Amino acid sequence: MLQPVFEYTKGMLPVETNYCPGCTHGISHRLIMEVLEEMDMLGNTIGCGPIGCSVMAHRFMNVDMMECAHGRAPAIASGIRRVHPDKLIFTYQGDGDLASIGTAEFIHAAARGEHITTFFINNAIYGMTGGQMAPTTLIGQKSTTTQTGRTVAQAGAPMRVCELVSTLDGAVYVERVALNSPANINKAKKAVKRAFDVQEKKLGFSMIEFVSTCPTNWGLSPLEAIDFLNEKMLPYYPLGVFRSPEGGQ
Amino acid sequence: MSGKVLMKGNEAFSEAAIRGGCRYYFGYPITPQNEIPEYMSRELPKHDGHFIQAESEIGAIMMAYGAGAAGGRVFITSSSPGIALFQEGISLMCSAQVPTVILTVSRCGPGIGGIQPGQADYFQATRGGGNGDYRVPVFAPSSVQEGVDMVYQAMELSDKLRNPVMIFTDGLLGQMMEPVVMPDFVPVPKSDEIRKGKPWALTGYGKDDSKRNTVTSLRIVPDVLEKYVHGLFEKYEQAEKELCRVETFDIEDADMVIVAFGTVARITKEAISMLKEQGIKVGLIRPISLWPFPYDVFNKISPKTKVVISAELSMGQMIQDVELGIAKRFPVRLINRTGGTIPTSLEIAERAKKIYEEIGG
Ligand SMILES: Cc1ncc(C[n+]2csc(CCOP(=O)(O)OP(=O)(O)O)c2C)c(N)n1
Repeated sequence: MLQPVFEYTKGMLPVETNYCPGCTHGISHRLIMEVLEEMDMLGNTIGCGPIGCSVMAHRFMNVDMMECAHGRAPAIASGIRRVHPDKLIFTYQGDGDLASIGTAEFIHAAARGEHITTFFINNAIYGMTGGQMAPTTLIGQKSTTTQTGRTVAQAGAPMRVCELVSTLDGAVYVERVALNSPANINKAKKAVKRAFDVQEKKLGFSMIEFVSTCPTNWGLSPLEAIDFLNEKMLPYYPLGVFRSPEGGQ
Repeated sequence: MSGKVLMKGNEAFSEAAIRGGCRYYFGYPITPQNEIPEYMSRELPKHDGHFIQAESEIGAIMMAYGAGAAGGRVFITSSSPGIALFQEGISLMCSAQVPTVILTVSRCGPGIGGIQPGQADYFQATRGGGNGDYRVPVFAPSSVQEGVDMVYQAMELSDKLRNPVMIFTDGLLGQMMEPVVMPDFVPVPKSDEIRKGKPWALTGYGKDDSKRNTVTSLRIVPDVLEKYVHGLFEKYEQAEKELCRVETFDIEDADMVIVAFGTVARITKEAISMLKEQGIKVGLIRPISLWPFPYDVFNKISPKTKVVISAELSMGQMIQDVELGIAKRFPVRLINRTGGTIPTSLEIAERAKKIYEEIGG
């Protein structure tokens, strides 16, 4: 008898996504949905999508979902949490969404120790609006609003979100992972699982940052984008667990 | 129903919301409505409800959007600059068809303005500051009891309409104490019973993913969005027919008609008695629903009426709706104060009389 060696997760709906070749949004979607399927929680989860390239996430992820205004997902998730104390609730947000327009909502959801999980897609750029500078755009990195490269003098230094949120006691699990290799993608999946476990145990706020790519707006091929992630992003955004219930900060 | 109790407006409106089924309140402090978050933080937990002091009014209305989409009954309140920050969420909730009840205890503007009562947020309430085509039913009480009844009924109405509903009060009504009778508590469904009453709500679909729900606002294809907005407006047209409310007296036989809502209507009633003593017959139109505005009632004004006056705590906002209702049949004039001073009944009577004499009455 033939044994299946690979099956598409039931967590992803059988539709084509709108993502560009080499974009890692699809990978993060799938990791989250695979974990929920393995936990048998797809029917007991409510997701909060962002404004950004993944604004259509609710068409791809097979869970009850809502579209949030730009940056507001953590406040919205906090409202949902009050109505449904026993569901898994997550937000899925880009760097413009979470670290710029939605900073207040994000930081305060973490500070309150909301029992929600935030997935933070750091691709160092505004993808959907065509490649403007994000709070996480690197020094020297070109964007359509930093055309000769970002400078500290003009725009300040990029924000390190995991480090920032780890100073808050409400944020009990904070990890940065990268979607640049099969090994790291496996690690990322384990991180997603740990974050949901922390939420299920009602320990507090959890966040996973995915260091991601945006070949289209970086002006690179998918493979060159992986090189950029390795050579430029990881030195500034080091991987690791910044906060966990076992280890503190 | 409760017996008669003496309550401050803000606290009475809060209690009415809880009795109407509200179990979720999200707020940010701003004068003159602070008694509401204080009351809710204390009382909601006694009813298995939840209170969050939000990081801002944007946070508060987004929590309302989440809790409303999840099927809860939500009450949020603020005052003028805070209602300005609500606008993003109001447009979003109209678009995504998520219910919530919003109470404004309005103060003075523009900008940070002042903390005394005002009505200069009439446009903000009835026209909205959010983007796009949408409508919000707005009701304006002129007593604490009327506000209590409106908040209570708005809980059911906003669920039925799947749209935000607004109650427009001002700092005077929020701060004053009056005797009120409280309505009974309505039963509130538990988290796992929500989908029975609200099959569209986000609750998790359980075992059957054909029951998956999404609450969305983006409609990127023009034809799809156009059709959707037309659908919303069919709902609004029906609401316009059903929700219009107005109080009038003596307008079929008046020398002069004064239009006023909320606090100003109360004072105007006294002014009208004073004018009556001086032999001037004055009718009153008190719009109770500000949207839908009771335009049709203006057809009942007697043809011998010399002038129609809009009395407001603003530089003249409702007067634009009055002019639409009058359709050039009568001269329209304004009696107003702004900045937080409330006119006395004597001031309104004197200014109305002066206008009446100038018109040649
Ligand atoms: C209030 C508001 N301001 C601005 C926008 C325009 N906008 C849409 S997506 C976006 C940036 C998204 O970037 P990011 O969060 O990094 O996500 P990505 O597209 O890169 O995945 C902006 C500014 C909006 N939709 N709403």
